[in-house]
Amino acid sequence: MSTQTLEAPANSDTLVRGRRRRVPEITYSVLVFIGLLVVWQVVVTMFDISNILVPAPTAVAGSLVDGFQDGSLLTHSVVTLKEILVGFGIAVGSALVAAVLITQFRAVERVLFPLLILTQTIPKVAMAPLLIVWFGIGISSKVLTVALIAFFPLLINAILGFRSAAYEQVEMLRSFGASRMQVMRHLQIPSALPHIFAGLEVAVILSVTGAVVAEFVGSSEGLGYLIQASNFTLDVARTFAVIVVLSAIGIALHAAVVQLGKWLVFWTATPTDTAGEV
Amino acid sequence: MPTSTDTDCVIRLDSLSMLYPTKSGGTVQALDDVSLSVRAGEFISIVGPSGCGKSTLLRIIMGLSRQTSGQVTFGPSDDTHRNQLGMVFQQPLLLPWRTVRKNLLTSPDLHHARDAATHAKADELLVMLGLEEFGDRYPNELSGGMQQRVGIGRALMHDPRILLMDEPFGALDAMTRDQMGLDLLKIWDQDRKTVLFVTHSIPEAVLLADRVVVMTPRPGRLADVVEVALPRPRRLENINTPEFGEIVLKIRKLLDSEHSAH
Repeated sequence: MSTQTLEAPANSDTLVRGRRRRVPEITYSVLVFIGLLVVWQVVVTMFDISNILVPAPTAVAGSLVDGFQDGSLLTHSVVTLKEILVGFGIAVGSALVAAVLITQFRAVERVLFPLLILTQTIPKVAMAPLLIVWFGIGISSKVLTVALIAFFPLLINAILGFRSAAYEQVEMLRSFGASRMQVMRHLQIPSALPHIFAGLEVAVILSVTGAVVAEFVGSSEGLGYLIQASNFTLDVARTFAVIVVLSAIGIALHAAVVQLGKWLVFWTATPTDTAGEV
Repeated sequence: MPTSTDTDCVIRLDSLSMLYPTKSGGTVQALDDVSLSVRAGEFISIVGPSGCGKSTLLRIIMGLSRQTSGQVTFGPSDDTHRNQLGMVFQQPLLLPWRTVRKNLLTSPDLHHARDAATHAKADELLVMLGLEEFGDRYPNELSGGMQQRVGIGRALMHDPRILLMDEPFGALDAMTRDQMGLDLLKIWDQDRKTVLFVTHSIPEAVLLADRVVVMTPRPGRLADVVEVALPRPRRLENINTPEFGEIVLKIRKLLDSEHSAH
């Protein structure tokens, strides 16, 4: 392996590809992860730890395979994924519209912005039980919880984004006779994209959390429901299996957002990360 | 209403004044009673200390700010509208998601006028600016000087009669700056547009201009207008001639006396 890294690449093309193929940090991370799994397995077997407390990785894997074979994991995943996607979609749509209104109209900003900051301080998950009371045990209460939890980071980032265009750039376009709509289209929307994607990355992960929490509060299907049901029957291996599936969903959605961002926001090497502040 | 009798006159400023309200409730006078006639094809440099309203003057002419009092008249028949003005800013202000060519096409795109002719014009500008190999590159792949060339090209795209330049080379290093000045003169020499060129640098102002407008610090007034009767085409060597030195000295004295008067 060490001799391989010392090889001089034939040309710049292989250099780029070669670098991507053997990123050492990733390799080490994977090795450490596998190592931890092995330690976990060994400890559980050696000390004969009860499956009800901590199941061995092999038990989790077995439960995963079983769950997909009998179709239960898949059907519950589809329910949760639907809640996440619909809720996330509603959050994206309403946050973008709200951000445009707030940044384009002074009056809307003056009235709405203080209220939005105020509602920011409410822990959104605390609203989940209320939403169940209002909208029932079905999918709509989960969708709304997801939308509520994903809305704020998106809104704040989108507002920052629509305001991020330099005043000089606006004047430059105006000097060429651009209308307000044209300034929006040619300058403010593209300038907002890096910020919007920073918000999307946070919001998509929060959406997964929102769906699971809402299902905990009250539901008859979905991965959150499955976790509660497994816990109730002391099937901890299955709880772990569901957590693995939830992580996979989160990672996949996050990767999709990042990829879309790289494709749309091609002009910045590193997207401005304002998400950390939210 | 004063009308120009001089048929050569393309821009006429009559007692322009500009007051800005300040946050503390007072006002700042940026321009005070500025009058100036600019002839067609003339290259005018405007120098003055920071905050003397040089930029404000250009912004008013461009229509980006509105004067408190006074008048801007475009001649000879006052048919000069915004589209006959082109503005170059201190920063290139290119749109990073547009290629160099598409940045040049900003103005036609805004007026839904992109066609074969504008594409041909863009190609022509790319050659003129020495950027023919960079048409499909993005601004962040270009040096500062190259970016500002694109900024100049973008202002020339719709072939304006008047070019307003607000410290266009202010953000560039000294060597690039000299070269850009000479290149600008070459471009200007091709069709002699009227140019109003704001700068901090007295030698740059003198090297480029037919007349140098010297302004006083707040409130911005015209201290004097200095004729630069040096032969064209100008070269960098002109800077070392005694005639050039005399003019620079004269402007410097004007600026100094205005400073000590305040």
